[in-house]
Amino acid sequence: MLLNMGPSHPAMHGVIRIKVIADGEMVKDCDIDIGFLHRGFEKHCETGTYTQCFPYTDRLNYVSPLINNFGFAMTVEKLMGLKVPERCEYIRVIMSELSRISDHLTCVGASAMELGAFTVFLYMIKAREWIWELVEEVTGARLTTSYARVGGVKGDLPSDFDGKCRSVLKQTAEVLDEIDTLVKRNRIFYDRLRDVGIVSKELAASYGMTGPFLRSTGVEYDVRKATPYHVYDRIDFDIPVGRRGDNYDRYLVRMEEMRQSIRIVEQALDQIPEGPTNVDAEGKIIPPNVMADLGKFGKTAGLLKNEVLIEPTLEGTQKRFHDRVRADSKEAWIPPKEQVYSNIEALMNHFKIIMLGHGVRPPKGEAYGAVEGGNGELGFYIVSDGTDRAWRVRCRPPCFPIMGGLHEILVGDQIADIIATFGSVNMIAGELDR
Amino acid sequence: MAIKVEEKQLTLLERLYVLEVVRGIALTTGHFFRNMAVHIARLFGLAKDKKGSTTFQYPEERRPLAPRLRTLHRLTRREDGAPRCVACMMCETVCPAHCISIVAGEHPNPLIEKYPTRFDIDLGLCVFCGYCVEACPEDAIRMDTGVLEFTSFSREGMVYDLNKLLARSETPKPNEESKVKTA
Repeated sequence: MLLNMGPSHPAMHGVIRIKVIADGEMVKDCDIDIGFLHRGFEKHCETGTYTQCFPYTDRLNYVSPLINNFGFAMTVEKLMGLKVPERCEYIRVIMSELSRISDHLTCVGASAMELGAFTVFLYMIKAREWIWELVEEVTGARLTTSYARVGGVKGDLPSDFDGKCRSVLKQTAEVLDEIDTLVKRNRIFYDRLRDVGIVSKELAASYGMTGPFLRSTGVEYDVRKATPYHVYDRIDFDIPVGRRGDNYDRYLVRMEEMRQSIRIVEQALDQIPEGPTNVDAEGKIIPPNVMADLGKFGKTAGLLKNEVLIEPTLEGTQKRFHDRVRADSKEAWIPPKEQVYSNIEALMNHFKIIMLGHGVRPPKGEAYGAVEGGNGELGFYIVSDGTDRAWRVRCRPPCFPIMGGLHEILVGDQIADIIATFGSVNMIAGELDR
Repeated sequence: MAIKVEEKQLTLLERLYVLEVVRGIALTTGHFFRNMAVHIARLFGLAKDKKGSTTFQYPEERRPLAPRLRTLHRLTRREDGAPRCVACMMCETVCPAHCISIVAGEHPNPLIEKYPTRFDIDLGLCVFCGYCVEACPEDAIRMDTGVLEFTSFSREGMVYDLNKLLARSETPKPNEESKVKTA
């Protein structure tokens, strides 16, 4: 019997269609139909400037948008040979790991809900809410963050971030323990997941699967360890690996990864350097309209010593934080507002970065940068022709190889197991279909 | 270093399931009574700093917004009430959604060269990335109104023109988020 699951099915995350040839309750053959959320991300990136690509990357894996932001920024920086300030690297690590926790919380919560464990879903979404509130405080948006910039991040962390982050992590760790109490040794959950959706090492490797899917088979591959980016090589963490490659192992791997992420953030918060602080400010804070008008009418004597009372959504980008979070390079450097308001050189620089054809222009060449996303290796391949737009952008979405091999995993299981296996894929249509 | 997440087979006691059910129910009921106690305490005016539920009773109760949260745009004014915008087109250029359109006019004051005769933001297209605020060299556009509700029955109603954007030109006071704000 041919059975259509999807494209809009209550248990399918996002729009995807699984054509199942069923023999009774068993899946004899199946075919995956993707592409319902195709938006042309790669083509869009070719039409906009490099800066304008960041809002597009938010919408790839929309549960952990910050990792996508940083992955894209990192690749462009690689192309330009930019060095990002140390503090900014740590901020990227912290925000990436918070995103990873929220990604796994959503995945485990949603797949547990589909197996009937609604409490798990609610508790995990509660924890995700705490993390998203932190993200909101840092980036100015819960989901469409657009926080990374070429050569840095938008703004420094808020002053009370350290304490808030630590308490959220503590609470999240408690939630994880509660989830383990609820479902880890629960017979229904265990029997639904154990020895279902088995992936062998060979299959995973031949399809190019990465992330928790590959690690559940026992292969120790994590981009953060294999090719350390940002400052992951300075941080001590473990890669959880499974043995059997079934859904239960993937659940365990994800739970352990969240604990490791908590460890990483705590270490990063301990290690994060203060970074250079611009000390020429005299502590006088004046409103932006006053500063801009004084600068415009030539009353610039001592104006640069002042600090501007900045618009709240731009908090953390003031002159004194600027050197901490932005690379010291005029090619990608949007000057701090104090300088834009008060001197013509910075204003020109500001205009040059934004004007079409003058902005961030990497030299001719190509670069591939990979980060460990929520589902595996998230890679960006950018070919530059020397203009302010990418000639070609290719995104390697971590879901795509998994979905490519999913039909082999589903065959032999029951129809109800499709839900369990599909839930453990954590398919995000935004990054799958791009 | 890799760590194995190997899990042992379920024991007979766990297979029987009764104990697991009791453990699960104990956890959820624990949460229930703890939250209920907070709810009751709040009813009597105690435990103001705690919340019994993680949800908010929208629209009566609003979620506190982070200061950095990007919300509805506004244009700021000069002292004489004219818009601060000088129609330099930076926001229009940087906008990834191409939702801003500006028409520049010549200002009678020779110290101010240009001003916008039209300034439209199509909120139906806007992606709230905040690039326009970052790109503005005049502090003319801001996204700090704290307004999250701007709905319309038509696409035309989503286009905010100069007057609508200038209507909120005063700096909003902090901690005003509990009040009901609508566009």
